[in-house]
Amino acid sequence: MSARPPVPRRAVLAAALAGALGAAAPAAGQGFAGLGGPAGGFSLPAPGPFAFPADHGPHWDFRVEWWYLTAVLAGPDGAGLGLQWTLFRTALAPGRGAGWISPQLWMGHAGLTTAGRHFGAERLARDGTGQAGVEPTPAFRAWIDDWELAAPAPPAPGGDALDRLAVAARGQDFAFRLRLEATGPIVAEGEGGYSVKSATGQASRYYSQPFYRAEGWVDLPAGRVAVAGLAWLDREWSSQPLAPGQAGWDWFGLHLDDGTKLMAFRLRDGGAGYGGATWIDPGGTSEPLPPGALRLTALATETVAGRSLPVRWRLELPARGLDVTVTALNPQAWMATLIPYWEGPVAVAGSHSGRGYLEMTGYE
Amino acid sequence: MLLAVEDLAKSHATGEGRVEVLRGASLALDAGQSLALTGESGSGKSTLLHLVAGLDRPDSGRIRVAGQDLGGLDDAGRARLRRETLGLVFQQFNLIPALDVAANLAFQARIAGRHDPAWCAALARRLGLDALLHRWPEELSGGQQQRVAIGRALAARPRLILADEPTGSLDEVAGEAVLDLMLGLVAETGTALLMVTHSLRLAGRLAGRVHLAGGRLAPC
Amino acid sequence: MLRAGVAVLAGHWRRHPLQLAMAVVGLVLATALWTGVQAINVEARASYARAAALLDQDRLARLLPRAGDRLDEADFVRLRRAGWLVAPVIEGAGEGADGRRLHLVGIDPLTAPPGALTLALAEGATLAAFITPPGRFLADAATAAAAAGQLPGPVEVVAGIAPGVVIGDVGIVQNLLGAEGELSRLILWPDQPAGLPDWQEVAPDLRRESPAAAGDLSRLTASFHLNLTAFGFLAFVVGLFIVHAAVGLAFEARRTGFRIMRALGLPLAALVALAAGELLLLALLAGAAGVALGYLVAGALMPDVAATLAGLYGAEVAGGLALRAEWWAGGLAMAVAGTLVAAAAGLLGLARMPALPAARPRAWARASGRRIGAQAAAGAAGVVLALTATALPGLSAAFVAVAALLLGAALVLPGMLAAALALLAGVVRGPVAGWFLADTRQGLSGLSLALMALLLALAANIGVGTMVASFRLTFTAWLDQRLASELYVTGRDEAEAEALRAWLAPRAAAVLPIWSVEGPLAGQPGEIYGVVDHSTYRRNWPLLAALPDAWNRVAAGEALLVNEQLARRAGLAPGDRLELPGGARLEVAGVYSDYGNPVGQAIVAAARLSSLYPRHERRRWAVRVAAADAPALARALARAFDLPAGAVVLQAEVKAASLAIFERTFAVTAALNLFTLGVAAVALFASLVTLAGLRLPQLAPVWALGLTRARLARLELARALMLAALVLAAALPLGLGLAWLLLARVNVAAFGWRLPMHLFPADWARLGLLALLAAAIAAAGPARRLARRPPADLLAVFAHER
Repeated sequence: MSARPPVPRRAVLAAALAGALGAAAPAAGQGFAGLGGPAGGFSLPAPGPFAFPADHGPHWDFRVEWWYLTAVLAGPDGAGLGLQWTLFRTALAPGRGAGWISPQLWMGHAGLTTAGRHFGAERLARDGTGQAGVEPTPAFRAWIDDWELAAPAPPAPGGDALDRLAVAARGQDFAFRLRLEATGPIVAEGEGGYSVKSATGQASRYYSQPFYRAEGWVDLPAGRVAVAGLAWLDREWSSQPLAPGQAGWDWFGLHLDDGTKLMAFRLRDGGAGYGGATWIDPGGTSEPLPPGALRLTALATETVAGRSLPVRWRLELPARGLDVTVTALNPQAWMATLIPYWEGPVAVAGSHSGRGYLEMTGYE
Repeated sequence: MLLAVEDLAKSHATGEGRVEVLRGASLALDAGQSLALTGESGSGKSTLLHLVAGLDRPDSGRIRVAGQDLGGLDDAGRARLRRETLGLVFQQFNLIPALDVAANLAFQARIAGRHDPAWCAALARRLGLDALLHRWPEELSGGQQQRVAIGRALAARPRLILADEPTGSLDEVAGEAVLDLMLGLVAETGTALLMVTHSLRLAGRLAGRVHLAGGRLAPC
Repeated sequence: MLRAGVAVLAGHWRRHPLQLAMAVVGLVLATALWTGVQAINVEARASYARAAALLDQDRLARLLPRAGDRLDEADFVRLRRAGWLVAPVIEGAGEGADGRRLHLVGIDPLTAPPGALTLALAEGATLAAFITPPGRFLADAATAAAAAGQLPGPVEVVAGIAPGVVIGDVGIVQNLLGAEGELSRLILWPDQPAGLPDWQEVAPDLRRESPAAAGDLSRLTASFHLNLTAFGFLAFVVGLFIVHAAVGLAFEARRTGFRIMRALGLPLAALVALAAGELLLLALLAGAAGVALGYLVAGALMPDVAATLAGLYGAEVAGGLALRAEWWAGGLAMAVAGTLVAAAAGLLGLARMPALPAARPRAWARASGRRIGAQAAAGAAGVVLALTATALPGLSAAFVAVAALLLGAALVLPGMLAAALALLAGVVRGPVAGWFLADTRQGLSGLSLALMALLLALAANIGVGTMVASFRLTFTAWLDQRLASELYVTGRDEAEAEALRAWLAPRAAAVLPIWSVEGPLAGQPGEIYGVVDHSTYRRNWPLLAALPDAWNRVAAGEALLVNEQLARRAGLAPGDRLELPGGARLEVAGVYSDYGNPVGQAIVAAARLSSLYPRHERRRWAVRVAAADAPALARALARAFDLPAGAVVLQAEVKAASLAIFERTFAVTAALNLFTLGVAAVALFASLVTLAGLRLPQLAPVWALGLTRARLARLELARALMLAALVLAAALPLGLGLAWLLLARVNVAAFGWRLPMHLFPADWARLGLLALLAAAIAAAGPARRLARRPPADLLAVFAHER
C-alpha cells in the first residue's frame, strides 16, 4: 500500500543536483543521479512510530529529504494564485562534518503562479556554514539564505512544532510571506508513515500536514497583494527511493471544497504505468487507494518550454463517486531550475469542486 | 714599334657554342702613326681593340705595347698600362656618371699621377668644353660627351689612343666635328691612334688601314 | 597579349632570381615578425580573458575586507542570510614541484555565479568528488603536472584555466592554507533580488570593488603589449624597406620592357593590373610563409613572454601557443597591404609612364636629390612632432614621441649622409677618393631605404639596450638597499611567528617585523607596511625625496613614506597628506623607489599599523645577522621548528631570484632587437645585391681607365663599411634619445617609476663592431662577385644599348 508515488517526485530533483553539477549526469535509465543504486552506507527506512519534534529535523544518515510546501491562495478580488516553498537536503555521504567539509547539500525552490505570470527562484547551499539548515527545536526552523519556513515560537504544550509556521521567500522579481495555521492533525502516509515504493521493497518515511490555513502577502511586479487560502506540507526522507526505467510522473494534491484532501499520481514507465491515490477525510483519517482505483486521462496539451505537456486532466474514482476535470490555472507554470519541471495551481470542477497543485516531471 | 699584335686568336661563348672571332690576327703600329681598323659588323674589331687595351685576354697570340708584353702582365699591370700608356674612347658611356665634366676630364691624368691643369685647360678650350666644365655627364649631348671622352684620353698624355667607333652614336655633322678635333689633337701631340670604324670614308682620313675579315687582318 | 605580358614579367624574375629572393625574403621576414608579435599578444590576451572568465575577476564586482587580506566567513553567511547573492573565494600561494609557485583558488560551486565555473566543473570532476575531502583540483595541463603530488587530491586537467592557478573547493583550500573560517573576497552576483537591506549594514567590515577597479592587471599588461606591438610594427616597417627596395628595383629594371609592351599595344590599365597581380601573388605566397615563420618565432619567444608578464605584473600566461585563424588573416592582410604600400611608388610610376622614353634617361638620379631634400624636410617635421609629444603626459604621447622620433630621424638620414659625404669630399685629396665619395653620394638614393632600416635597428638596439642596462644597474643597487636584512622568516601562524622571534632574538643582531595590510590608497589598490625604527631602514632605504627628519617622524607615528608609483599616481610630494583606509590622514615624509611593484605602497611605524589595523597578520620577520652566519642560522631555524620550504628565505637567494626575473623580463625585447638588426642586415644585403647589376655603368668607365676589378671590389666593401659607420654615428644620438624617452617618459607613464639613465660605451663599441661586421658580410658577396666579374660584362656597357 503506497500513499505516495513509488518514485518520490521531489527526491529525483534533489538528488539530481549532484549529477547536474558533476561530470556526465547519469542517463535516465539508470535512475536519476545514481539513486537507483544501492544505499551504500546510508540508513534504510524502517517501520515504526514517528518521534516529534526530532523527526521534523534532518535525518543526516538518509540520502534525501525534503520540506515541501504548496499553497493555493486568492487575492482580495478573488483571483486565484499558487505558491511553493521547498527545501531539499541531499547527502553525498552519511552523517555530518564541521564547516565546508560536511557532505550535506541544500537546495531551495520557490515558485509563485498567477493566471498570467509564473515566477521561480532557486538557491543552493553547503551545509556546515549556517547558510542553510533545519532545526526542529526549540522552535522549528528551516532556511536557505533569507528564505525561511519557521515557527514564530516554541509549540504550545500538547501542540506540534509545525502547528504554526511562517514561510517567506524572495526571487529576482517576486516575494511572499505567509502565516500558516494547522486546522487538522499531521497525517502519516503509507503504513504508519512507512511508505513502500516498489515491488522490490524500496521505501521511505513519509508524513504530511495538509490542513494549513494560510494568510499573508505576495509581492508582484505590480505591487503587494494580500492573499489567503490553503496550504499543504510534505515531509519525506529516504535513501534508495528510485526504481529503474521510469521516465517521469504526474502528481495531484487537491483540496476539495468539502474539506476532503486527495493525493493522486501516475508514474510513466513507457508501459501502462503505475498509479495510486490517498483519500483523506476532513477529520484527517486517510485511506490509501489500491493501484488502478483512480483513472487519469490527459484532455489537452500545451507547449511549455519547448515540450508538450498535458495541462487539463480528467480524474475518475468510481468508488468515491469522483469524476472531475482538473485545469491548470496557468499552463506556463514552468520551473526553470537546474532540473526543470512543471509545478502550479489547478482548479477542480465536476462531481466535486476545489483547488490544488499539479506537478509534472520527465517530459522531454 | 709601339704596338705589335701577332697571331691573335679569341673565341666567345654564345648560345650556339663557341664562335671564333679572331683566328691569327696580326698588325703593327709605330709611334705617332694612325691606323684605321675596318670590318663588317660583328667581325671582331671591338674584340681586337679590347684585347689591345688589356681589357680582355686572348686565347693565344702576343700583344706588345710600348715594349711590354701584355701576356706577362697581371690585372694590376694591365690596369697600370691603361692608366699610363693608353687613352680609350668608346662609342658611348665613356664618362663616369658621378663626376662632373671637369673631374671626368682630369680623372685619368690624376690616377696616372701626371695631372697637368694647364694642359687640361688647353684641351678643354680646344674641345669647346669651357662652358660645360661643371655640368654632369647626363646633361650633355652625345657629341659633347664624346668630346669630353677625347679630352680625358689625351689629358694623361698617352702614347697610344684606342678609339672604338668614337663617332658611331653621333649624327654625321657632329661626328665629323668630333673626328676633326681628335685627329687634329693626335697629330699635334704625336700620339699614335688605332681607331675601329665600319666607315671606309672615316677610315680614309687616317694614315693607314687594315681590314678584319674571317678573323684575320689584311692591309688595304 | 596578356599572356605575353605575363611572360615578360615572369621572365624578369627568372633572369634575376636574386631580386625575387630578396623581395620574398623581405616580405617573409616582415610578416613573420609582425605575426609573431601579434601571436604573442593575442595568446596572452586570450589567456587573461580565460582567467578572468573563470574567476569572474574582471566581470563582476566583489566585496573585500576593508583592512587586511582576509575576511571572516561569518560575513559571507550574514550576507547570504540577508538575501545577498554572494559567492566566497579564498586565495593563497601554494608550492608545486620544483618550487614552482601555485596560486590556490578555493571556490564554492553551489553559490558561484552561473557561467564558466560550472562549465569548468562539468569538464573536470563531479561535484561530489570536488567538494569531498581529499577533493579534486582543476588546473591547466602544465600546472596540473607541477601540482601533481603536492595537493591532497588528484588534479584534473581543464583547458582554459589560467596558468599557475589551481582551483579547488573553498573548504579544502582553506584547510590547505591554514585559513579555516577565512575568505579572500566575495563575488557579487550581477543580478540581486529586489528589496534587499544595505549590505554595508550587514557587513560593515567589507568594501565593494567595482569591476573597473579590478581591471588593473589588464591596464598594466596593456603597456607591455603596446611595447611589443610597437616593436612588431618597427620590424614590419624594416621588412617593408626590403620589399620596397626589391620591388622598386624590379620596376626600374623592367622599364624598357614595359615601354616596349606599351609600344606594342598593351593597354596601360592591363599592364598596371598585371604588375599589381604579380605583386599580390608575391604577397600572398610570401605572407603565408611569413605567418608560418612568425608562428615559430612566437613559439620560441612565448615562454619568455610568459615569464615577463608573470615577473613584471604577476599575470600568468600560458607558455604554449595555438595556431589561430586570425593570425593567418591578419598576417596575410599585413603582407598584402605592406607590399602594396612598398610598391605604390613603382605602380604609380608605371601608371604614369609615357609610352616613349624620356628625353633624359638618367634624369631620376637628379630627381633623387630633390627627393632626399623633401624627405629630410618631412623627417625634420617628424622630429619636431617628437619633441612636442615629449612635453605631453601619458603613455600614448610617449609612444607617439618614440614613433615620430624614429621615423623622422630615418627620413632625415639620406640628407644627412649626403651632406656628410659632401663635407668629406671637400677634405679628401686624390681622384679615386673623390670619385668614391661622389659615387657613394650619387648611389645614396638606391641604398637609402636599407640604410634607414639599419639606422632604426641600431637606434632601437642602443635605446633599448641602454634602458635595460640602466634598469639592471639601478635595480641591482636598489635591491642591495631594499633587501638589507640577511634572512626573512615566516611563521605558519602568529603563535609560531612569536616563537620564531623569541628563538631568533638572542641569536641575531635584530629581528624586525614585516607586517602589512592591503587596502585602497588614493583610490587604487595598495599595500601598507609597518616597520620598526631601526638603522637597517634609516641607513639603507632608497629615498628619492624626503623631509629632513623623515625617519623620526615615521617612527613617531605621525608620518608615512610612499613609493614612487603612488607618489606619481596621486601627485604626492613630501609634506602632502595621504588618507589611509579607515580614515587616518598622515603626512608624507618621503618617497622611495620601489621598482617592479605594480601597486602603490605606504610605510608607517609598526605600532601605528597595529593601532590602525588590529587584525593585520603578524607572521613575518626580517633578521639581521652577519652575512656569513645567515645560511647556518637559517638551517638551524628550519630544523628547530620543522619549517616548510619557503618559510626561511636567504637574502642572497631573493636577490638572485629577483634579478633572474628581470633578466627574463627583457629577454623578449633583446630577442626582438636582435631579430630587427638581422632584418636590417638582410635589407642592406638585398639592396647591395640588387644594386650590383645596376652599378656596372658607374664602374665600367673607371675600370677601363685603369682601376682593377679587385680594387673596385675593395672600394665597394669600403663603401658599405663607410656608410654603416656613418649610420652608426647617426644611430648613437638617436638611440640615446630613444633610451631617454623609454626611461623618462614611457616607464613613468606605464609603470609609474623613472629610472636614471646610464651610458654604456662598451656596449656601443660592441654594437658598432656588430654593425660593421653585418655591413661587411652584406657587402662581401656583391664585392666578390664584382672582383670575379668577366670583363665581357663590363665591356657590354660600352657596346649595348641599355
